[in-house]
This record gives sequence, structure tokens and C-alpha cells, in this order.
Amino acid sequence: MPAGANEQPILKITGLKKSFGPIQALRGVDFELLRGEVHALAGENGAGKSTLMNIIDGILKPDAGEIRLDGEVVSITSPAMAQKLGIGFVHQEIALCPDITVAENIFMGVTASSRSVLMNYSSLERRAAEILHRLGDIDPTVLVRTLSISQQQLVEIAKALTLDCRILILDEPTAALTEREAQVLFEIMRKLTTQGISIIYISHRMAEIFDNCDRVTVLRDGQYITTMNVAETTPAAVVSAMVGRVIDDLYPPKQDAADRSDHVILDVRKLSERRRFQDISFQLRRGEILGLAGLIGAGRSEIAKGVCRLEGEVTGEVWLHGRKLSLGQYADSIAEGIVYLSEDRKGDGLFLDMSIATNVSALKVEQVASALGVIDERAEKAQAEQLGARLNLKCSHVSQPVSALSGGNQQKVAIAKMLSVGPNVIFLDEPTRGVDVGAKSEIHRILRELARSGVGIVVISSELPELIGVCDRVLVVREGRIAGELTGEEMTEDRIIYLASMGDERRLAS
Amino acid sequence: MAVTVTTSGKRSLLAGGVADTIGRLLRMRETGLILIILALFVAMSFASPYFLTWNNMRAMAMAFAVEGIVVVGMTILLISGGIDLSVGSVTALAMVIAGLLFLAGVDPWIASAVAILACTAIGAGMGLVVTRIGLHHFIVSLGVMVIARGLCLLGTGGRPLGLYTLPAEFKFIGQGMIGPIPLVIIIFVVVVIAFDFLLRRTTMFRKVFYTGSNEKAAAYSGIRTKRVVFLTTTLCSALCGVAGVIYMARFGSAQPTFGIGMELNVIAAAVIGGASLSGGTGTIFGAILGTILLSVVSSSLALLDVSVYWQDIIRGSILLTAVTIDHYLNKRRG
Repeated sequence: MPAGANEQPILKITGLKKSFGPIQALRGVDFELLRGEVHALAGENGAGKSTLMNIIDGILKPDAGEIRLDGEVVSITSPAMAQKLGIGFVHQEIALCPDITVAENIFMGVTASSRSVLMNYSSLERRAAEILHRLGDIDPTVLVRTLSISQQQLVEIAKALTLDCRILILDEPTAALTEREAQVLFEIMRKLTTQGISIIYISHRMAEIFDNCDRVTVLRDGQYITTMNVAETTPAAVVSAMVGRVIDDLYPPKQDAADRSDHVILDVRKLSERRRFQDISFQLRRGEILGLAGLIGAGRSEIAKGVCRLEGEVTGEVWLHGRKLSLGQYADSIAEGIVYLSEDRKGDGLFLDMSIATNVSALKVEQVASALGVIDERAEKAQAEQLGARLNLKCSHVSQPVSALSGGNQQKVAIAKMLSVGPNVIFLDEPTRGVDVGAKSEIHRILRELARSGVGIVVISSELPELIGVCDRVLVVREGRIAGELTGEEMTEDRIIYLASMGDERRLAS
Repeated sequence: MAVTVTTSGKRSLLAGGVADTIGRLLRMRETGLILIILALFVAMSFASPYFLTWNNMRAMAMAFAVEGIVVVGMTILLISGGIDLSVGSVTALAMVIAGLLFLAGVDPWIASAVAILACTAIGAGMGLVVTRIGLHHFIVSLGVMVIARGLCLLGTGGRPLGLYTLPAEFKFIGQGMIGPIPLVIIIFVVVVIAFDFLLRRTTMFRKVFYTGSNEKAAAYSGIRTKRVVFLTTTLCSALCGVAGVIYMARFGSAQPTFGIGMELNVIAAAVIGGASLSGGTGTIFGAILGTILLSVVSSSLALLDVSVYWQDIIRGSILLTAVTIDHYLNKRRG
């Protein structure tokens, strides 16, 4: 529990309402933040978390309701004003300028309001280094473009820390971080709370909420549901409050004896790529879900892309159903039914401004066209409707642009796209990133059904509970090589982390 | 702790029905453009008795028909995410190459074929530079725009080539009539219908949309995006070649300074018609309506004796208005 739980809350919100046209995003939400606490905000996508946070940050104006900061009623009209009031917001989407240095990015807000004409680079870099030192090894003088996504996320957090805030809002900060990096972040959060800073923590991951937060408030359909002390509740209770029904089991049942088979769908032999990975051999058997674990940058995605021939100069052999493939380009892999679901749904997974139907057919448009290449739009829509129904896709019609869908439904469109070719093997890279709890368990169930129906499933995930909950077997990748294989009871977070970071003392020493 | 149990309502997957279709039709760019063009027609028929005559209609159609072929190429290129500033110069270069070869004694049909091939090669060259080296379309085509114009002037010494001996069969392309309708207009209509169909309905051109909408996602869907961009760049220049040859047949001469500023007109037409400079959206039908709108406005202003200087100002304002309105419509939709 936070110190001084009985004193006046630093932030108290009552009866907040906000509508967008006919849609009521918030229907009278209450929220209370105590000094020095980490307060988790949970709810499915569309529950109103982002709207609430955007109101606190001054991006949106509430229709009704009251916000009190330190007991005083305030009206926050802009993000700049929120900053002045001591509210820092780290958005989920990274909004850095890629072509300027880390230091300049961190002090962008400060520079903008500074009265001096000239930039004092050396002081900027020195101060940036001080802040970054707390967060990890990032050189303040390099261009943001050269950083990994997780490092960029840390720069975003550093940026918020420079603003001298009393309230820090973190919106899914660990979505792009590895377990190790996330642990570093949690430590920083704890340090900040001892300095009296209050943190609002938005996350879909129950484990994070239960390990790092003091209290949790649940929203559903724009309504305040409940606030609970984390110490006095369970993940299942929080999830039930979020989805409004009891979810008995977060993960579908594993492979049972009837599913087990000796038939090898995919056989990868001594696959290497000059710099990215070496000597990768593994087999994927019928009926199983295989997991690829490892730190970000270890080469998990690269191996998947290598097998699919999406990128890189790959040597080695890939056998499918006992037949050696002569793989050329990704188009050839698609023709063989080996497909890759990208981890970056918006960046390279979907065509956001195009319709659901055209997205679903993108892998093989020829399938819904005549021999002369004329597209049969009815067949194209029927394909999307059929796969959409199978995946329980929620949309008003398949001509809707994908951008109008929630994250979970967008991911279902991406999965429907994979299924459209009748795949033999699907590599799914972070299949539930940014997806709400309900859709997440649906996706897990779909993966199990696919595996049962004979499709080879390989899941890459940085979320260890997911890998352990979904997969029958996990390969741990470290520095471009397979460091170990775990099955059944052996699959524990500790063992995966150990294998993933073994021999790398810098990362282990956290 | 009490937890209420509800099941969230699911919306059906079925298509939205008639009301939805009408709604979508009304929001379509094409509908708005047609309404604006019709309104202009009505207004002008009152303002000038000459406007609604057959002769004026035909003159207006002739004015945009050949340029319309270039608009087709530009629209497809814009959809794939590219842009081409060299269309005016390359069209002129086609005229000059065909004209010079003809004056050197080459059969005009062969001369035209060579000119079109030369333009295609220029487009292929630009496509290679863009896809292999990775330079931006804007810069590459800016360079080619200046080079092609320079070649035109170099080849002709800056003076128009009079091609008085062009055979009648050849001039027929640009000047002939089939019944009451000029052949140029028929060619234009055929090109437009053909490409509109190809773009809307074929797998080959669907890949143009995928590539322009999100090049990386297209690559991750197994589409050879570089090849797509190479081909759309080449096609645009090839269509400039075709347009140049038709112009030559129509004018009976080759003019090295022809088509200066054409690129802006063509890009404006495509954008008014719904193409986006960031790729992924656009239709041939819309772009042609954009062309027609600009052309009707020009000819109306000329009929009303508005100074040419004002005409430019008005055309530019139309472009900005169209794009602004569309921006807000899209925002509301999203």
C-alpha cells in the first residue's frame, strides 16, 4: 500500500461524461489517484480508458464532470496546460522525431518553451545522459532512427520525466519491451513513487498489474465498474470485471493425446542468415503449437521471416510435409502455404485505409479472380465474410475500412488474411499485442482450433505467460541461435528467461 | 466484490443494405463532381447562348481528350505512391522525336512507334532509378522534366517543326471524324473505360492499390512492390508518348515548347478526382471528372471573357477547395 493512503487524493475525478456524436465514450466515470501510488487502469479496448486519459491530458474536453487536482477544481484545456499542472503522458504510440538526436527529442518540450535563441547542445546532452542513465544504456547523441522500438519507448519515458511531473500516465509502456526491459521500467516506477509521484498505469497484462500496482480501477463500456486493492483481489476477478462475464480459463486447453502426432509438417534444417541467425534446426509436428521465445533482437522474428523468405540471404533447407522446398521469394512461400503474420499490424500488416475484404484477399487476390485476372468482388466479399464469421470478427460490413475497427478486430482481419490462402504453416509474431483481453482469448482459442485442424502454428511472443499458456513446446532463441527447448512442465518463466539471457550478464543483472 | 454479467451486443456481418449503398454513393467523390459539373453547365447555358452548342461541346471535349490520356497514367502512378513531373516535357519529346524522324524520311507510323517506345524507355529509366537506387519520384521526374525539355529544344533549335506532308491517314488520328464524333474523343473514351475497368477489377492493378496504400504491408503480402512501381512509372511515360503522337497528328506539327505546365494540370485533375499524393486511393473515372471540371471552367471563363490571368487564379482555387472539402469529409468519416 502507498504511504499515507488516507490523505487527500492528488487527483479526484467525479461524474466525467464525454460523447462523440451518438457514441457515449464516458458515462459518468469516477477515478481517484493517491499520492505515490501506482494505480492501474484496466478495461477492454473501447472501455473508455484512452478517452479518460486524453481528458486528463487536456486533449479532449469533457461534456460534464469535475476534475480536482489537490482538492482544487481545474479545467485542463490543452496538453501544454496539463504539463504545467505536472501531468506527464507517455503515449502508447511512439511520437519521436526520427532524424534528430535522442537528447534533442527528450528536451523538445523544454526547448520549445525556452527563451534562448541558440541551442546549447552540450548541456542538452549532459542532462539527457543523466536521465537516460536511470533508464538504461542509450547514447543521447545518436539519432532516434537508429534505436530499436524498445529503446525509443524508453526515450519517450525519459521525455516525460524531464517535465517534473506529479502525475505520470503510462499507456501500455511495456507493449514493445522485453521482460528484462520491462523489469527495469518497473524499478524506475517504484523509485518515482518514493519521490511522491503518482502513476496511472494502463495495461492489458494482468501479471504486470498484480506485480507492480497498488490499486486497480476497471472501466467497461464507458462506465466505472470498480476499484480494488491489488493485494485483495485476483487476476480472474479483474478480468471478469473487465469483460462483464466470468472467464474461467484465460488460455484454451493444451494439446491432448488425440492431437499428438508424429507427422512433421515443417522441418527446418540448418537455416542460417549471415548476420541474423545461425544453424537453426527445428521440427513442427501436426497438432502442436510451437513457441519462439527470446529477447527482442535475439532473432526470433528474423528466423520466422527467414523461413518464409521475406528477407535476408538465407542458406539451409526447409521441408514441408516431407518435401524439400526450393524457396525463392515470399510469394513462393505463400504459394506453398507458409505465411507470416507481422508483429507491426499497422506498419506492415494491414492496409488501414482499404476495406476489410480487400485486406483479407491481399495474399492471393488471384483466388477471388477469374483466370484472366478479373476480380469477382462478390467472391472477395464472401471470402471475407466467411473467414470473419469463423474468427468472430465484429464489423458492420466487410466494405468498411480496417482503420474503423478496434485493435482486436484488426488483428482478426490480419489473421483472416493468413487463413485466406489455406495455409500449411502460420508464423504469428506477437499475435495479441495491443489486443484486449476478450479478443486475446478468442485468438488463443482460434490458434488451438487451427492446430487441431492440421495447420502448423508457430507463435512468437514477448509475453511469457502467453507463450507458456498457449504453446505445447517452446524454443528459446538467444543471439541468433536456439539456446534450448522446453516442453510441458519445463515451460516456466524462470527457465525461459534463463535460457534467453544466459551468458549475458549485463542483462541478467537487474 | 460484485461483478455484473452482460453479453456485449454483436453487429451483424451482413452488408448494410440499400440505405447504406445510397449513403456511400453520396459520399463518393464522383457524385459530387458530377453535380458540380452539371451545375456549371446549367449556369453557363444561361450565361452564354454559345455554351450549349454542339461545336462548343466538341471543342471542350477535344481540349481535354488527349490530356485525359496522360491523366490516366498519372492517376495510376499516384495510386502506386509515385508522381511524375515530366509528363509535359515527355509528351512534347514524343512529338519532336516522331516529327524529326518523319522529316528524315521515316514512315510516320514507324516514327510514332519509335517515339512511344522512346518515352516508354524514359519511364522505365525513371522507374529503375526510383526502385533500384531509391531516389524519390519527385526529384527524378523533375530532372527528367528539364532534360526532356532540353532535348526538345536541342532537336528542333527551339522552333516548331511544320509537318505539312503528313499523310491524310495519319492525320486522321488527330483530326478525323467517325460520324459526328472526332476520333480523338473515341480513343479517349476507349482508353478511359479500359483503364477504369482494369484498375477497378483486375488483380494486376489491385496490386497497385496495395502497394500505394502501404508498401511494406504489400511486400509482406508477397507483392513485388518494386516491380509494381517500376511498371506504373513506365506506363505513365508510355501514355505520354501516345498522347504526344496524337497531338502531332492533330496539330500537323511538332512543338518543342508544348505542354509546359501540363504536369500541374494533370496532377490537379487527378487529385480533384480523388487521388491522394500519399498513394493508395484514386479512380480513373474521378480523375477524368476532375479533368472535365477544369476544362469546363477554363472554357466557361474564356467564353465570359475573363482575363487569362484570372483563369489561373480560379483554377488553383478550385483545386484547393476540392482538396479541403475532401479532407473534412474524410475526417468525419474516419
